Amino acid sequence: MTWRPSASLTVIQQRARIYRQVRAFFDARECLEVDTPLLSPSTNTDANIESIKASSLGQTLYLQTSPEFAMKRLLAAGSGSIYQVCHAFREGEKGRRHNPEFTLLEWYRIGFDYQQLMDEMEMLIDDVSDELNQYQRISYRQLVLDHIGVDIDKIELLDLRERVDKLVPGTRSAELDVDQCLDLLISLIIAPEMKGYVFVYDYPVSQAALARVKMSNPTVAERFELFYNGLELANGFSELCDSPQQRQRFEKDNNRRLGAGLEPYPIDELLLSALSSGLPECAGVAIGLDRLLMVLLGKDSIDQVLSFVD
Amino acid sequence: MASYNTSEFRSGLKIMLDGDPCSIIENEFVKPGKGQAFSRVKIRNLKNGRVLDKTFKSGETLEAADVIDIEMQYLYNDGEFFHFMVPENYEQHAAEANAVGDTHLWLKAQDMYEVTLYNGSPIGVAPPNFVELEVTETDPGLKGDTAQGGTKPATLETGAVVKVPLFIEIGEVLRVDTRSGNYMSRVKK
Repeated sequence: MTWRPSASLTVIQQRARIYRQVRAFFDARECLEVDTPLLSPSTNTDANIESIKASSLGQTLYLQTSPEFAMKRLLAAGSGSIYQVCHAFREGEKGRRHNPEFTLLEWYRIGFDYQQLMDEMEMLIDDVSDELNQYQRISYRQLVLDHIGVDIDKIELLDLRERVDKLVPGTRSAELDVDQCLDLLISLIIAPEMKGYVFVYDYPVSQAALARVKMSNPTVAERFELFYNGLELANGFSELCDSPQQRQRFEKDNNRRLGAGLEPYPIDELLLSALSSGLPECAGVAIGLDRLLMVLLGKDSIDQVLSFVD
Repeated sequence: MASYNTSEFRSGLKIMLDGDPCSIIENEFVKPGKGQAFSRVKIRNLKNGRVLDKTFKSGETLEAADVIDIEMQYLYNDGEFFHFMVPENYEQHAAEANAVGDTHLWLKAQDMYEVTLYNGSPIGVAPPNFVELEVTETDPGLKGDTAQGGTKPATLETGAVVKVPLFIEIGEVLRVDTRSGNYMSRVKK
């Protein structure tokens, strides 16, 4: 082990430059920079995201997995459009592209939908990369169809597992559900074929997370992700503003957690109260700043852009 | 028997897969932000040396393999078994030819080797990266021909045949890289 930084000094300077540009970008658009707590007595119930626990005064607290819940409470309180640069934490996520503690830029735009937010993301990325980039937009269904010839509206689980066996031999496909099969195929087969900046939008409603269901097609949610050369950079939604529906999703998440042998997490009642009192129509997105730095500086490991990874 | 969770996977970990002891060579964490996490693993089957790609859902477990690597001294071959000894406690182990594999070309009595034991029996023998062996057979050396690039085959005391420079003579001791089978240098006696 060495006491020296994991990232070079050049990278550390580039990070500071990007933070300055990000702040200038949002200041110019009259988005308010906010700061919310890292510790909370409730947390994200998503069955695929584990929170890191802490404790104080005999109370269990969780390090945020994203600032989403607190920022939505600000929006409901009338903050207007807001952004935040902060750290987020996810237990057990460690690898070439993952670190349990990482940096997010998250922002919410009142009155935007997810397509408008994608437009704004393009402007932001052009700004920090100092060039006009090409961006593609493709629906989730079309992406899967184009790359592996599977129509997710028609395929059955057994056929999907067969596809996994063929494309990713050595997988216990019998233990995977539809979304897990798709996660695997996108991560290992489709993403490596994706070139340049690609927005994938209209995720299956089973993967809606906190996105609202699309009015014109209830099989999908208004959720999108941004990839660069297959590296997942950002996730955004037209936000779900419906409190009872949000509660149902949290409860469903916790049931999935129980089914998978994971402990259920305390539901954020204050977020649900805020939604009940009225969250303005808005769209929000979180972009992994460490990964954006990897892309902008041509680094292939997250360790090369983090100051320390002790 | 102990078992390992995907979060404990790391290179060098010895696990059981389809009834065979295996060693993890590489482990890659793959996870969409809001999706299922997976471990992509390169695994070497320690019995036949084959390398496999496997993908595990995070949280899956694999049984630990009772496998250990121990430094042992090579003693002799009795025609059927290769005999090794742990110098610290004089414990002896007999390895079958298929456990020794190609390493038999580099086995020299008294030298140290890494023997892999599975449930207490040898399943693999790894030579050091470099061994020093005597030339037992080669064409006569060409005196003074140290600058030319030509090579010739030379048989070593273990039976291994390596390409050597033309000036090498019978009775000389050579340093050989066991990973490539390449001649490195002469060793002064």
